[in-house]
Amino acid sequence: MAETISTHGAAGAAPHLDYLEDPKGLWSWLTTVDHKRIGLMYMWSVLFFFLVGGLLALLIRLELLTPKQTIMTAEQYNRLFTLHGAVMVFLVIIPAIPAALGNFALPLLLGAKDVAFPKLNLASLYIFWIGAVMAVSTLLLGGVDTGWTFYTPYSTSTGGGVSLMVLAAFVLGFSSIFTGVNFIATIHTLRAPKMGWFEMPLFAWGMYSTAVIQILATPVLGITLLLLVMERVLGVGIFDAQLGGDPVLFQHFFWFYSHPAVYIMILPAMAVISEVIPTFSKKTIFGYKAIAFSSVTIALLGFLVWAHHMFVAGMSLFAGAIFSFLTFFIAIPSAIKVFNWIATMWRGSISLEAPMLYAINFLLIFTIGGLTGLFLASLSTDVHLHDTYFVVSHFHYVMAGSNLTAFLAGMHYWWPKMFGRMYNSRLAAIGCGLVFVGFNATFLPQFVIGSRGMPRRYYNYLPQFQDLHVASTVGSWILAAGLFLTAAYLLASLRGPKTAPANPWGGRTLEWEANSPPITHNFEGQPVLQHGPYDYRANPAPVGVEDAH
Amino acid sequence: MNWFRDYLLPRGAASHAGEVDGLFMFIIYLTIFFFFFNGGLIFYAVRRWRRRSAGETTPHITHDTRLELVWSVIPLMVVMLIFFWGFKGYVKAWVPPNDSIEIVVTGKKWVWQFEYPDGTRTLNDLHVPVNKPVKLVMHSEDVIHSFFVPGFRLKRDVIPGRYTELWFTATQPGKQQVFCTEYCGKGHSDMLATIYVDTPEQYEVFLREGDEQVRKMPLKELGKLVYENKGCATCHSIDGTRGQGPSFKGIWGHTVKGADGKDYEVEANYIRQSILSPQAVVVQGFEPIMPTFQGLLREREIQGVIEYIKSLQ
Repeated sequence: MAETISTHGAAGAAPHLDYLEDPKGLWSWLTTVDHKRIGLMYMWSVLFFFLVGGLLALLIRLELLTPKQTIMTAEQYNRLFTLHGAVMVFLVIIPAIPAALGNFALPLLLGAKDVAFPKLNLASLYIFWIGAVMAVSTLLLGGVDTGWTFYTPYSTSTGGGVSLMVLAAFVLGFSSIFTGVNFIATIHTLRAPKMGWFEMPLFAWGMYSTAVIQILATPVLGITLLLLVMERVLGVGIFDAQLGGDPVLFQHFFWFYSHPAVYIMILPAMAVISEVIPTFSKKTIFGYKAIAFSSVTIALLGFLVWAHHMFVAGMSLFAGAIFSFLTFFIAIPSAIKVFNWIATMWRGSISLEAPMLYAINFLLIFTIGGLTGLFLASLSTDVHLHDTYFVVSHFHYVMAGSNLTAFLAGMHYWWPKMFGRMYNSRLAAIGCGLVFVGFNATFLPQFVIGSRGMPRRYYNYLPQFQDLHVASTVGSWILAAGLFLTAAYLLASLRGPKTAPANPWGGRTLEWEANSPPITHNFEGQPVLQHGPYDYRANPAPVGVEDAH
Repeated sequence: MNWFRDYLLPRGAASHAGEVDGLFMFIIYLTIFFFFFNGGLIFYAVRRWRRRSAGETTPHITHDTRLELVWSVIPLMVVMLIFFWGFKGYVKAWVPPNDSIEIVVTGKKWVWQFEYPDGTRTLNDLHVPVNKPVKLVMHSEDVIHSFFVPGFRLKRDVIPGRYTELWFTATQPGKQQVFCTEYCGKGHSDMLATIYVDTPEQYEVFLREGDEQVRKMPLKELGKLVYENKGCATCHSIDGTRGQGPSFKGIWGHTVKGADGKDYEVEANYIRQSILSPQAVVVQGFEPIMPTFQGLLREREIQGVIEYIKSLQ
């Protein structure tokens, strides 16, 4: 693929410094409007909170090693799992791929200099930091013990820093909206010349679909959370039955955002996978349009299924049936994507570099995560499994396992582009294997704990569940070992010289035509699209010519 | 493959559990099949088409409409089957039969209280007869709880300010574990209850003499429970305050003047008569408004009230 490495690539004696050093100094980073620097700062922030949320998870697993008290009291446990959930959802999973990897990669993939609104982008980062500080400082107010779902009337009647935590989620929502607005505008206006909608890399389709959900659903969460604070602080009766409100209304409002938010978490993961698999299969993506449209379909259908979280909350039979029916349709675009990715690998030239290993991890974990969703979409089985460990395991497979492995795939994929350095690929393969084994060892037992009837958010449990909890806790240690190893070799790579080539993986999208790391303005001059995003033919058809095949 | 079902699920003990289990196992096998199907394809592709030289070329295959239709339509048919299967089970568990025994369930931090048609109340122990439909009418006194019986494959939220219902026909005598499945704070994981599925004879004994807890309770404590739960406390104070009726404090062994002008000693027979035929003797200065408790209190509960009054000196 040497000929695709552009003339202004690493080979030329670049007169410009890369974006990491131009200009230097902390102040220049704090005031930067460069999407790559903002993306990196997001990434370090997300990784920091991932460490925090992960350590909390290890403590939770340690407590669950035995029934009754192991290392903490019930009150401490309740605060811990709430903080784990809130940190992981609002500070890690939601921003991980769009705000960190998306900010870094999207303009490069589109051949743009930056996002459409660079200052808004920086504002979103600062709002994220403010929200993050608010969320963590709830600890000073005695913590929050509501669970990240803030269900009323528990959340309006318990003590601690609930109002602050809820306001933090409200503030973080704006950071998410700003990113979404920015990406939509960027994709509409800043694509390279000749790049039509169907010549965009699929990552952009995923980001676009995500952004639509972010700007349509997040305001509903914002309003809901404000109503909650009004009820807590001013005593306005909206959700509290004693004040004439309806506690179940909160659940409807909450899930109207938070179910689409699940797709804010999974669509970006799918977007990364759609880039990694063709590159390491050296073969064009199978079913480009099917993958692109399935992202949009998931984004739209995602708005119509929220009440499947409430099949046992006293909804009518009719409402239950409708929401179950619609939920099953979401399974189809997800299944289509998985088959498309496998078909892309078929007859390819597959190279098992770290990003590809993580992509295969993703395919396996997402298959389990997706299929176990069928149990919960189906009415009669959901009645048994709702709010048990089965649900805990299912959403960890989708939100943690799938999102996390895709995030790691993307980070390993673009790491040379971000820092101009390669990491130790042997250690990366070991790390990836440990993550896969550790993740499954942690969460497979939880499916059985749940189907046997143990509810979630339980500090104490019946002795019959202990064996499987021990297995799960040991699994969490393997997972942690894999992640710490990954952190070690990635950080170690930063000490080496910047020797990564512009296109280490032989990718065909535009970011590989920029230097590694790119200059501040990404490209020297405006790159022009020569071929489709995944065109691996020796003499690719020029852009815009529909394939006869 | 029953061993696999029994590994994954607690033993089904209600009339509709079999249908839920059938669907559950169907999706389990589907999940296992597709995991190995997808995993097998990936494994095969990686083995077969592993890159051997840097210059390898690949065929340019952009799509295949027929193949894509196949892998869209087959999953669609499978999920529609699951939808209708799950819907059928849900509907069956929805409408209780008319002859159901109705039991009122109250959830509050962190106990379950059950009230039977005859006014009997129990705490954290629910007695139901085997093979008879039972309907639970549930509400919460504080936050949302959820009533979950894994062996019955049933769960429903228990919500303040409204009633939710749950019904079942238990098919196996024995005990069933009840969990609270909506997070409700510090005691959430200890908010457990036990359902005793009684044979008809055991259930008769329960209705006549109360549950084991009540049968073993000392008389004085039982009397206090009756005093608090059966409405005595509304009119009769225990601290000497005058209410609609005379206070219980210090009346044992003393003499009271009836409306007929005669003197009566407050002893066991007098109290028993006052509970069962309250109008026989009305203390001077009070209205004859007390209802009879004939048929509402068990023999042992009356003895309990006597012991309780005796203790209030």
